[in-house]
Amino acid sequence: MARKWQWFHRLGSPPGFYRASGYWLPWLAVAAALLLGVGLVWGLVYAPPDARQGNSFRIIYIHVPVSFLALAGYYVMAAAGAVHLIWRMKLADMVMTAAAPLGAALTFLALWSGAVWGKPTWGTYWVWDARITSMLVLLFLYLGMVALRLGFSNREAAGRACAVLALVGTVNIPIIYKSVDWWYSLHQPATIRLTAAPSMHPDMFKPLLVMIVGFYVFYALVLILNTRAEILARERRTGWVRDLAAGRNQR
Amino acid sequence: MHPVRKRRLLVVVFIVVVSSIGIGLATYALRQNMNLFYTPSQVVAGTVPEDVRIRVGGMVVRDSVMRAAGSLGVSFRLTDGNGELLVHYTGILPDLFAEGQAAVAAGYLRSGPALEADQVLAKHDENYTPPEVVDAMKTGHAARAAREADAQGSSTP
Repeated sequence: MARKWQWFHRLGSPPGFYRASGYWLPWLAVAAALLLGVGLVWGLVYAPPDARQGNSFRIIYIHVPVSFLALAGYYVMAAAGAVHLIWRMKLADMVMTAAAPLGAALTFLALWSGAVWGKPTWGTYWVWDARITSMLVLLFLYLGMVALRLGFSNREAAGRACAVLALVGTVNIPIIYKSVDWWYSLHQPATIRLTAAPSMHPDMFKPLLVMIVGFYVFYALVLILNTRAEILARERRTGWVRDLAAGRNQR
Repeated sequence: MHPVRKRRLLVVVFIVVVSSIGIGLATYALRQNMNLFYTPSQVVAGTVPEDVRIRVGGMVVRDSVMRAAGSLGVSFRLTDGNGELLVHYTGILPDLFAEGQAAVAAGYLRSGPALEADQVLAKHDENYTPPEVVDAMKTGHAARAAREADAQGSSTP
């Protein structure tokens, strides 16, 4: 029992995670750069234009991946919050802290790219339909996570309050996802579904798939970088960080 | 699992379940307000409030778009399959506005009933197709129609 979980406890400690993640970073960075580079050139240059929208549909290669990650990132943050609440794991609190501004940036990009696409397609930048409004609520939830943490001077209390907010906010994620099916909205229903073939020509869909995978890798990379910065900031007075700063450690 | 952690796990589950039920009930109670637009059949049935700005969404009926000569005035009919509503609008329509495609018009109901719209938005569907494929589908349909016409012509010479 004890031996089986040793690797987990080592990885779960801030210095253990800092060392292990240092080895993952170059791989993630190369994979993200390759996937995003290939996906962008393929999607923006080689994919055929849409019959009705022309070239403006190409915003899908940014809009859909950042929207996916804005939603998935919230679950990452909420799961870290739950782990922190139950096991009082310091690293989970750091991951939760690192995920909030990243998720806010992705949500903002999703809203912004949607607005830029909406003007030529729908005829308006903004409409208060269920999908767009619930996405705006998600942005406020992410920003609220950042603000709530800044509002506490006690780190323990801040971590617990943020975890509760993250857990309550998970209700919004299925609402965002299903909003276009449950209510009449201006936003179109999902093109990519788990249960059916995508309602998109394969020549357009393949680069989108590359972009989605690329953004997942990119998200993992940035989340780890943010978490490492958070680890160093919180543990700056500990011996191992001092050793690291003085160059007394191999990594 | 350690009893203290088990208790905390129950608290976490409790938070998620209770907030889901609460927000679920609130959105269920507000479900009519969650809709961006009314359907033409709701307008025809008279269940739509009068003298307030409303949005009506549906498919633009084919061959219903009439443009006024010498102005930007345009009128068209929206349908949801069960009812139709006439819409008058003065202004520039979005690029994707087309007959047989979905649109959302916002404005005030006038007697008729007709919607005096001050904004018309085009709704795009979830399908994405390259132009060549659309052309191929069109020529395919035309060829099949021609074949069927030929078959009919030869059976009754």
